[in-house]
Parts: sequence; C-alpha cells; structure tokens
Amino acid sequence: MLAATGLESKEDLVSYLPADVRLKTPLDIPHGKSEYEIIEHFKQLGAANGDGYASFLGAGVYNHFRPVLVDTVVSRGEFLTSYTPYQAEISQGTLTSIFEFQTMICQLTGMEVANASMYDGSSAVPEAAMMAVRITGRDKILIARTVHPEYREVLKTYTQHQGFPVEELAYAKSGQLDIDDLRTKLNDQVAAVIIQTPNFFGILEHVPEISSLVRSKGALLIVAFTEAVALGLIEPPRDADIVVGELQSFAISPSYGGPYAGIIATRNQYIRQIPGRLAGETTDSNGNRAFCLTLATREQHIRREKATSNICTNQALLALMATVFMSLYGKEGLRELAEQNLAKAHYLASKLPLKFDAPFFNEFVVRTNGSSPDQINSSLLNRKIIGGLPLGRFYPELADCMLFCATEMNKRSDMDVVAAAFARF
Amino acid sequence: MIKKAIRHIVQAEPLLFEQSSPGKRGYQLPELDVPVVDAATVLGKGNVRDEIEDFPEVSEFEVLRHFTRLSTWNYAIDLGLYPLGSCTMKYNPRVNELVARTEGLAWAHPYQPERLAQGAMEVVAALEHALVQITGMDAVTLQPAAGAHGEFTGILMIRALLETRGSARKKILVPDSAHGTNPATAMMVGYTVENIKSNDRGMIDLGLLERVVNEDVAGLMITNPNTVGVFEENIKKICQILHDKGALVYMDGANMNALVGVARPGDFGIDVMHLNLHKTFSTPHGGGGPGSGAVAVAEVLTPFLPGPRLKRQADQWAWNYDLPQSIGRVRAFYGNFGVLVRALAYIMAHGGNGLRQATLDALLNANYLRTLLEPYYQIAYNAPSMHECVFSDDRQAKEGVRTGDIAKRLIDYGFHPYTVSFPLIVRGALMIEPTETESKRELDLFADAMISIAKEVEENPELVLKAPHSTRTSRVDEVTAARKPIVRWQPPARVSQAAD
Amino acid sequence: MSYPEAYRYTKEHEWVHVDGDHAKIGITDHAQHELGDIVFVDLPKSGSKVTKGHTFGSVESVKAVSDIYAPVSGEVVEPNPLLSKHPEKLNEDPHGEAWLIKVKLASPSEANDLLSAADYQKYIGAE
Repeated sequence: MLAATGLESKEDLVSYLPADVRLKTPLDIPHGKSEYEIIEHFKQLGAANGDGYASFLGAGVYNHFRPVLVDTVVSRGEFLTSYTPYQAEISQGTLTSIFEFQTMICQLTGMEVANASMYDGSSAVPEAAMMAVRITGRDKILIARTVHPEYREVLKTYTQHQGFPVEELAYAKSGQLDIDDLRTKLNDQVAAVIIQTPNFFGILEHVPEISSLVRSKGALLIVAFTEAVALGLIEPPRDADIVVGELQSFAISPSYGGPYAGIIATRNQYIRQIPGRLAGETTDSNGNRAFCLTLATREQHIRREKATSNICTNQALLALMATVFMSLYGKEGLRELAEQNLAKAHYLASKLPLKFDAPFFNEFVVRTNGSSPDQINSSLLNRKIIGGLPLGRFYPELADCMLFCATEMNKRSDMDVVAAAFARF
Repeated sequence: MIKKAIRHIVQAEPLLFEQSSPGKRGYQLPELDVPVVDAATVLGKGNVRDEIEDFPEVSEFEVLRHFTRLSTWNYAIDLGLYPLGSCTMKYNPRVNELVARTEGLAWAHPYQPERLAQGAMEVVAALEHALVQITGMDAVTLQPAAGAHGEFTGILMIRALLETRGSARKKILVPDSAHGTNPATAMMVGYTVENIKSNDRGMIDLGLLERVVNEDVAGLMITNPNTVGVFEENIKKICQILHDKGALVYMDGANMNALVGVARPGDFGIDVMHLNLHKTFSTPHGGGGPGSGAVAVAEVLTPFLPGPRLKRQADQWAWNYDLPQSIGRVRAFYGNFGVLVRALAYIMAHGGNGLRQATLDALLNANYLRTLLEPYYQIAYNAPSMHECVFSDDRQAKEGVRTGDIAKRLIDYGFHPYTVSFPLIVRGALMIEPTETESKRELDLFADAMISIAKEVEENPELVLKAPHSTRTSRVDEVTAARKPIVRWQPPARVSQAAD
Repeated sequence: MSYPEAYRYTKEHEWVHVDGDHAKIGITDHAQHELGDIVFVDLPKSGSKVTKGHTFGSVESVKAVSDIYAPVSGEVVEPNPLLSKHPEKLNEDPHGEAWLIKVKLASPSEANDLLSAADYQKYIGAE
C-alpha cells in the first residue's frame, strides 16, 4: 500500500507537517493491554463501586429490572454499529424502530408528535424552553422548585446567554407547586411555565389546574418527568403544550449518570419547532411503505446558525432499549409494573414519618426526627443498604429530610430494615 | 461486477402495533411481597389513567423476531466499510461492551455515597488524564453528552472568560467549510456568526483572517485537519492572530483521528476543543447515539469548566462543587459514563504507541484510497490528505450525474455511501474517510466499486441515476415526507377520520 | 413559463406586482426551479413589516432553505393561505396563484427601480 501511494515509510505520512507542531515524544500512556487485563481492571473498579448493595435512591435515576432481551437486541451489530439513518435505503431497521418509538412516546404522554430522543431529560428542558420562546415571541421562563434541581441548573446554564430571564416558583406545604406564587409571577411576558410530575419529591402536580392558569396568560405549559414508569399508571399531562422527560427507567442502566435518553413531545402545530431528529413515514419509488428522517431543514446541518438547536446526535441505541422495554411490558405490563412500584413505595412510606401528605408515586420525602439523614444512612450502609437522598444539598430548608424511592426491585425485608433504623433513632 | 455479498433473505415485517393482540405481553413480574394498593384511592381517581391506548401487546418471542428482522435491514460497521468523512467509523471493540456492563459500574447510581463510587470516579479520572496527554491541553471535562454539546460548553467558557476581562464581545468567526453545529452553537451562546471564506487550498486565508479579527471577535471555531482532510499548516500563526487581539481559538476535534500521537492541539495554541468519543475513541454509533463530547481546555479556561470536578481528598476521590467561576452544568450528573468506560478501554487496549500506529494507519488508508481514486474523480484540493480525502463530482457532473447519485449506486456494490455534498465549499463533494481498521482487501473492494461506477457514469449513466437497484427499499419520497409529515403510527380508523 | 410584463423583478429572483398602493410579492419560475420540490413556505403574519432588501420569510426544499428578500418595503396585508396546505403550488404556478404575500406599500414608486421582465430574463439567461 505504501508503494501504491508513492511513500517510503509510514512516517512520510506526517513528515510534511510543520516541525513545530509535530509531536516528538511518545504519548505518556501505558503500553497496550490485553483483553483479559482490561476485563480484570474494570472488574476491580466495579468491585470498588458498591457492588451488592440494595438501594432506595431515586431522584432522577431509578432501579428497574432490565429485561434480558433488551441487551440481546441492542447487541446485534446491525443496531450497535450502524450510523445515523441518513441513507434511508439501508437504514430501515433503525428508522422503523425510531418511528415505533416516536409513536409509543406519544401514546404514553398524550402528545401528538415526539422526536427521536434528546441527550437526556435534563437537556430537554432548556430545548423546550427555547421552543416556547420561539413560538410565543416572549422571553421569560418560570420553573417550579419542585423540578429536579440539576435540571434547573442546566436550564440556567442554557438561558444565561440567550437573554431569557428565569424565575423559580415556590412549593406549598403539600409539597406541590404553590399555585398562588404562580398566579403572582405569571404575566404576558412569560413564554413558558415548567413543572415536573411526579415532581422531585415524588408528588403528583395538579396539571389541569396549572394548565388553565398558564393558558389564560397566553404562555405555554412544559411538563417534565424523570420517572417514566409513572406514565404506566398516572394520567399523562394531556394539557401540556410540550412534554419533556427522561427514559432511563426503561431498561437504560443507571451507569453512574449516563448515557440516558431524553424525550421531547408536543402538539402537531409545533412540529416545525421541535429540535432534533424526526423519522417520518413515506413511500419509496415502488410504492412500498418506507421511513426516512424528515423535516431536516430545522436542523443544524442545513439551517446552520438559524437552526432550532445545535443538536446533532440522538440517543438512538438507548431509545431502542426503551422501545424494546416498552414492547415487552406492553399495555398491561407497564401498568402492572407501575402498580407494583406504587405498592412497594406505599408500604415503605407507611412505616416512615412523611414530610408531605399529597399523593405520590414511588418516591416520597421523609423527616428525620432528632437524628440526621447521615446518621440513618450510615447505619443502613452497615446493613449493605443505600438509603434515601439527604435533601439538604438541594433544599437547605429540608436539611432534616431525605428522599426515598422504592421500586419493584426493592425487597420487603430491606424496607423493614429501613423502618427499624428510623424507629431506633 | 459487484463482488460483495448481498443479503438473500429480506423479510416483510409490520410495525409492532400492527401485530398486537389484546392480552399479549412479553414480561413477567415477581409476585408482590407487600400489600396491593388501590391506585385510585391513594392517588385520587382523576390521577389514574385509562389504558395506554394502542400501546403494543406482543409476546417476548414476537418482540425478538420483530427487532431481529428489522436489524437485517440495516447496514453497519460490522458488515462493511463506511467511508463517511469526519465520522471515523472504525471497529467498535466488543470487549468495551463487556466492561461497560460490569455490574458495579452499570448499576451505579450517580448519587450513591462517594466512598461507594470510587471505581466509577477512577474511570472518570483516568480518562481525563489520558485525554490530557493526547490533546496536550491542561484539563478535560467529560460532562458534555455529544460533540455539539461539547461545542456549546466550549463557547460558553470562552464567553465566561471574556466577561471577566470586561466584555464578552460580539461575534464568532466560522470558516465556510465548517460543520453546521459550529454556527448553530455560536448562536446559542448569544454570539453572531461571521463566515470566513476558505482559500483555494481549502484552508484559512491568513490575510483575510488578519483583516477580520478585531476586538468584536470573541473567537474562531476551526477544525484541524479541516473538513477537506487537510492540515492547517498555519495553525500556530492563526492562533497567534486571534490571541494578539484578545480572542480565543476553539477547535472542533471531529478529525482527531488524524492527530492522535502525531500532533497535539495544545502545542499549537488551541484554547479549547472537543473530542467525539464516538468517533476517534471507537465507542459505537448505535444508529445515531449515544456519543460523548469531551472538552479539553488550556489553563486559562480551567476555572470555567462545568462542575462538579474531581478532587483528591485523603487518598479518595471526591466531587468538588466549589467552583465559583464555573459556567455551571450542561447536563445532570457527570457525563455519559457508560461511553467513558468504552473510550477508556479503547485507550488501554492501544496504549500510547498503539494509538500513534492507529493514526498512521488511518492516514495510510486514506492516502491509499486517494491514490486509487484520483485518476477517476476530481480531487478537491491539491494538498496532502490526512485521514480523509475529498473529491468533487465535477467530472461526473458533465454526464449529468451528481455525488448523491454516485453514493446511491455505491449501495448496490455493498457499501454505505461516503459523505455527500459536504463540505459546502466543494462543489458536489465526496468526502471519504476509511479509518485504520479497514484492511487492504476491503479498501480495494471499495476502490474497485468507485472505479466501476465512474465507468458506468460514462457508459450507462441511467444505471447510476436510478440507483440503488438492489435494496429492499428504493429511493424514498423525501418530498412528501416533508410536505405531509407523518411521524407516528395511527390505527387505520383514526387515519381516515383525520383525513376528512 | 412566461414572465408577466406588468411585474417587476429582482436579482434575488422575486417579483412584485404593483396595484396602486398595494402589491403582491412572489418568487420567480427560475427560483422555484432552482429550489426543486418545495416542501414548506414560511411567511410573515398580517400586520408585520417588510423592509426592502431584508428577509421576510423562507422557502424550504427537502435539503435546503432559501431566504426570501423583500423587493419593496411595506406592511403585510395577507400571507397566501394556499401555501400552508399546498406548498407544491409554488412549483406549479409561482407567478399566479402561488403569490407569497400581499402588502400595503410604504412607497409605491420603490418598485420602479426594479428590473423589467425583459431585463430579468436577460439576467437569468446570462447567469
């Protein structure tokens, strides 16, 4: 091959580069390792990572069974190692599954159109906010404090330089959004109001009531979710203008924070404002049904500086995991899964001092009377149980509280240990 | 003659919703060990949904068959070469898939106590360290979820730095050869975009650059090697011109596969850059994601990195949230950790020398293809190619055949098309990047196919214009898909209602 | 397709048909041909202002977007309702039923500076 290109050695491929940019020393990276050594290395790291603990953590990332078939499907090379489906003729596998995914997300959320996924739930929030700004021509955003704290931080990072003021809305004693605070802050400069349901405290918000208030001022309602399993049982936010959320619960490993798959879904009239990829149904030149990426003119590779967003990737493989998960559980299974979560969480909650009394799904806030969250968690760790999330880091006024989550994976015996720990302190 | 294998089984397969049957399901939950709870009672009747209308109801085996059949309609790296320029479609090592599923790592919750997350934090630290070595920069963040996300992070940091110096300034310079994410990103950070014309070698025109850089310019976004696969030989001078006027240089690292072990952006004056872990560092594309957009910065930008950052504390890793000048988070949690594991495994497998060898092999493969194809296709620029080569369809256009048509004909030969019509500065571009993991045999097959097509263009252009002929799906009607978008399935009854 | 004598044209391939102090604005047959199959037309709302030389909307084909520049200044009376449901009409009848917007002119004589049908055809012949 070198001969064909007319070069003497491989070094000739780079020797023409200016001398002052060419690297003259080897990279300070250890010698290449064998497959076995790599596997061993990560095994050790995994062991140093709290293997074998039961966990009651939720707060945006949830422990749910991952059906075996999910990895079987996504490990197929045709899914794992394929590229973005720009060439429709040889990507019908990916495109068809994206179309199914988009459909299922609409069915779950009550929206009319959904895209092929966003990076994650947290980055979908500012994308939805930007949509609302474009649609309404207004620039102010109101966001409830009961939206995941890190999601709110991400919104702040995105909006700080695009000139959109963001204001937070308080929560009431019930643990839900304070409707009076919303009423006070809502005006005709507001482009969107963002809430989460179930909210960060696990509590359901009054979506219809909030929606009519928001609509009365001509603003858009954006509803976020972090626990997708809830949609198997609770009424979806049909009154929302835009729904954003996180699908990690649907067979995407917690994996220390990522990669995940977010979604953005909305009404038909806003379809041209939605960011990211969209798979559409069409026909091929033989009249057969086929799918292709569509409305690409919204996107960065065509619109460039006028694009709806700079986003390029979608989380295709993870969206596929979610699609397989949703197909396996199906209409009844997803409901049963949600009912099990409800039962587990309410059993645990019945034994602990709750902070709020509003309806919740599979997460709830617990008070520690006299002791501290850290004390409770320390004692639980000794029993190889990771307890709830101490809330002081996000809500200073709730420094004596913790957020517990119980899913179908939590055992009654572990919940009884948690209850006993609380009883002791 | 078409030499590559073509599938012989292509099954028809309807959508899941079209196969559904009431009451079918594919999963069985354990029996509850706690009392059943009535949803309407605890949640309030209005909060409980009716059934999820038209949601699929299929068995486990039907799910498996469905997706298996769908997968057979996809091309993939595992099947053959993807000559896509700037995508770096190299082999996705399977050991990486295995280690990413290590239980303690795959099930780790981002909020689990730090003393139980030391393994995960070690992965983050190790990868940051390796990428610092590779880029020659001073620090790395692994938080951004993808390349475009990394660009956003990088430009935000530039803005933050300039604000501490008195003014964020107004515009970002973007070469006309740049990827679309570049100008889109600049806008998201509140800058206007000024395009600068490339010179006749496809590179940045120094004279022009000196004229346009002033105190309104916050920075330049540059890709090196650029999108025609050519190294910006004046890169040091370019950085100096920007720095002299108090502006910064952002490097789009999409083409890093040409530089690893050979040259380091930190050495030529780059202030901030992103890396696409799903390109250079072999993590799988998965049909369109996930990726990961690591961002490397020079010392001057380190205070602005997104938080939290890892710090070493009494022999343990800890997350440091005390970062007064940080731009804030660009996403929840710490980054696409599962992708980071794969990238780290890739680096470990190659080692420093292996990484450099891979780069040289990538360059060799691209230049080999260039040598074979240059007699038939018009090379866009007369400069040495690095890891990719770019041609224009000028010669074929004379017969009325354009790059898009040639790309479709390539499918009949068993290959995925190269990158069509990008960069925009080349008329009818064909952008080809083989990567180092392609054997000479595969490259020869590809070159043979391209040469055969060039001949077909002269002798039988219709064959190329109407391609592909051998796929299950022929050319799709993208016009109708855009005019009347149908982006979800509806049951037949409802479709006819909607049409009325 | 013929280029109506009564219209005035621009080098950016728009036409204007003046009628007193009102006018219709559209894109030329040459333009629609260059764009290919049109899939979407983005037009301003009634009451918005258009300024000569500045963009007032865009026309999309599958793979590209083109901005439309206002050949004259004025206030939008009506965007063409036909085009939201039938963007393909812009390919079929760009000089007739697929006009883009009707405006009330800020300065009716502005259109006189634009190209005549003959000059425009010479211009595109020369391109």
